[in-house]
Amino acid sequence: MKIAITATAQSLDAQVDSRFGRCPYYLIVETEDLSFTALANPGVSQGSGAGIQAAQFLADKGVQHILTGNCGPKAHQTLAAAGISVSVGCSGTVREAVEQFKTGKLPAASGPSVGGRFGAGSGGGRGRRAGRQ
Amino acid sequence: MVRVQVVVVAVVPGASEREIGWLSNGKFVTTEDFLRKTRRIAVASGKGGTGKTTVATNLAVTAVKSGLSVGYLDCDVEEPNGAVFLNPDMAMTQPVNVSVPAVDLDKCSGCGQCGRICQYNAIVPMGQQVLVFPELCHGCAGCWLVCPTGAISESRRQIGQLEVGKAGPLHVVQGLLNIGEVVSPPVIAAVKGAAPDVDLLVIDSPPGTSCPVLESVRKSDLVLLVTEPTPFGLHDLRLAVAMVRALELPFAVVINRAGTGDGETRAYCVSQRLEVLAEIPEDRQVAGAYSRGELVCDTMQQYRELYAELLRKIMPNTASMAARSA
Ligand code: SF4
Ligand code: SF4
Repeated sequence: MKIAITATAQSLDAQVDSRFGRCPYYLIVETEDLSFTALANPGVSQGSGAGIQAAQFLADKGVQHILTGNCGPKAHQTLAAAGISVSVGCSGTVREAVEQFKTGKLPAASGPSVGGRFGAGSGGGRGRRAGRQ
Repeated sequence: MVRVQVVVVAVVPGASEREIGWLSNGKFVTTEDFLRKTRRIAVASGKGGTGKTTVATNLAVTAVKSGLSVGYLDCDVEEPNGAVFLNPDMAMTQPVNVSVPAVDLDKCSGCGQCGRICQYNAIVPMGQQVLVFPELCHGCAGCWLVCPTGAISESRRQIGQLEVGKAGPLHVVQGLLNIGEVVSPPVIAAVKGAAPDVDLLVIDSPPGTSCPVLESVRKSDLVLLVTEPTPFGLHDLRLAVAMVRALELPFAVVINRAGTGDGETRAYCVSQRLEVLAEIPEDRQVAGAYSRGELVCDTMQQYRELYAELLRKIMPNTASMAARSA
């Protein structure tokens, strides 16, 4: 089974990056033999819609499942339309996450794990609206 | 001082009829610019919390008191708070709508062209569906123009509202972006489009240097960059200066909470030959007035003079204009 993991670097021993749309790399791993390819995230500095773009990118690669930390509502909706399932709350190294997934310890999430714009950093939402109305 | 002077007023070969001369920066000025009597001052800052709204509201009220007709445009549509200090009566409220795509899946062939043309990931053909994320849409019309089967039509969606009113003689226009929306330029454009015909427009811009700020400061005669003399303030001032320079807009600096910092901001302004039009001292009484929703130009003599002086610097011909409108 071909799965993608959000990663901080290009190896199986890299840490899982918690941000689905704005991680630096995706590792596309074949669960049978742990063969993998590392792909730089083309939308890492995208403004709005990074998660949507990432979902399209991974759907094009033929990925069937995703392991990541958090996944927002728009990305989740796009992945669902593409028929790709997601496990959230993953941490540790990529290798550990894949092993846990293979033993069934990382079930697919039924909905988004965070609200929009998670991981957007300083360029994103200004967070100034909380007090209004 | 703002150096915008017509040095040649003559028929220039190759210029269109509406261009009547050069500005000192080598650009043409049009008759429209030349005859426009409204002076547009945008008040901006590289970051929030520098006192931008304080400067904008005090300036607007000072100008009214000096006899000018004035409009205050609150373009900080994510958090408009000028009204807190101005207490306007809003006579008119109207929705701000934008275009968004509506997809008829029965007509869709799944060709994918709409997703490829959209620069904002707002429409995504995926599997048997075409997903639309309306909050990301900029209403550019690309998707319904490119769709070969006519599956996409244009529909309308409200993203905010426009309010127009008055606080005494001061015209107040403000925009309000609905919570959860991320695309504010259409609301800002609506605010600017509702600007009254007055001597002076004070445009309270959103903080930062992104698209909404560009929309707010566009076509202004002078941008006042409000900053604080702190390392963070200076960093954001540099970004704001780069932005207004790229836009080729005349600009000047107002230092707020002066006296709190380390002099680096002033040194930067000197080295970059930036004009500092006012230094507003750090003053507990100002913070107190702010928290009570009061304007210091109303309640404190020293600030009345400070803002009157600032107004004289940005409106050199204030006296003659006031006489004309009287
Ligand atoms: S109108 Fe423009 S921005 Fe909106 S979905 Fe269509 S292509 Fe994208
Ligand atoms: S362009 Fe039109 S036909 Fe093609 S995928 Fe989009 S909606 Fe369907």
